[in-house]
Amino acid sequence: MYKSWWKIAAILLLIYTVIAGFLSPVPKLQLLGETIRNLYFHVCMWFAMMILFTISVINAIKYLRGFQFKYDIYSRHYAIMAIVLGILGYSTGAIWAAFTWADPNSSILDNFKTIARDPKLIGAAIALLVYFAYLILRDSIQDIDKKARISAVYNIFAYAILFPSIWILPRILPSLHPGNEDNPALDVKNDISGNMRIVFYPAVIGWTLLAVWITTLKIRLTLLKEKKMMP
Amino acid sequence: MMKYLKKTTALFLMLMLSTASFAQDKDVSVADTMRSNGRIYVVVAVVLTILIGLVVYLIRLDRKITKLEKELL
Repeated sequence: MYKSWWKIAAILLLIYTVIAGFLSPVPKLQLLGETIRNLYFHVCMWFAMMILFTISVINAIKYLRGFQFKYDIYSRHYAIMAIVLGILGYSTGAIWAAFTWADPNSSILDNFKTIARDPKLIGAAIALLVYFAYLILRDSIQDIDKKARISAVYNIFAYAILFPSIWILPRILPSLHPGNEDNPALDVKNDISGNMRIVFYPAVIGWTLLAVWITTLKIRLTLLKEKKMMP
Repeated sequence: MMKYLKKTTALFLMLMLSTASFAQDKDVSVADTMRSNGRIYVVVAVVLTILIGLVVYLIRLDRKITKLEKELL
């Protein structure tokens, strides 16, 4: 395999995540119970998404500096993989919320009304929709150079709205999601115990490396295709 | 010839399955670990299997792309 040490690291970190994630002790939290273990899976999806969007915007800027076509391909594929992670984060969050935030005594519709109004969810939806628009914008332009330039510039704008909509906006509004109203998530006193971090940080790195691995495979395939079309 | 081979293989598979079910009646240390703690180890085993399966798939894909790159580039 091509430059494989970090792929092996990804595999080992993920195996560690699964084993320690299910077996390590977690604090007995009210309401959450054992579901706090989702920290190693659901939260990691969002962290990996943010890291991949960052790589994507870096490649967009690199493209604008020298107009080298390969950076446009990098930027696009990292953005797509980040969107996939975002969708995974959103759907895993929906499952988690359904069994923790939802009140079993009220109707499904009432629960949906409360949860769908949550600013963290709306913020995440805005961020993802902005990036959906990135893909639509890209694929609607025929000219290859124009496509690459416009989408690189759009990528920078999308990145600029990403962090306000998933971090700042939900934090100044009341929300059910942890990490709001001056209450940072991952707080050792309130949310998690210190030894959960021993699993959480390797988990973030592991999932991110796995996502990068998949992205590099797609990039290499696209580069091969380009090479074949323009020998 | 093939018919007999198939039959004997099937027979051995059946035998293995039945020994597995016999083994469950006795106190085997592996079975004990897998059954302790609300059987969470079973979940770990299942998730690990899925993860390893996906990783093996990715590794094979990676190798194939590397081969293509060597041919084309």
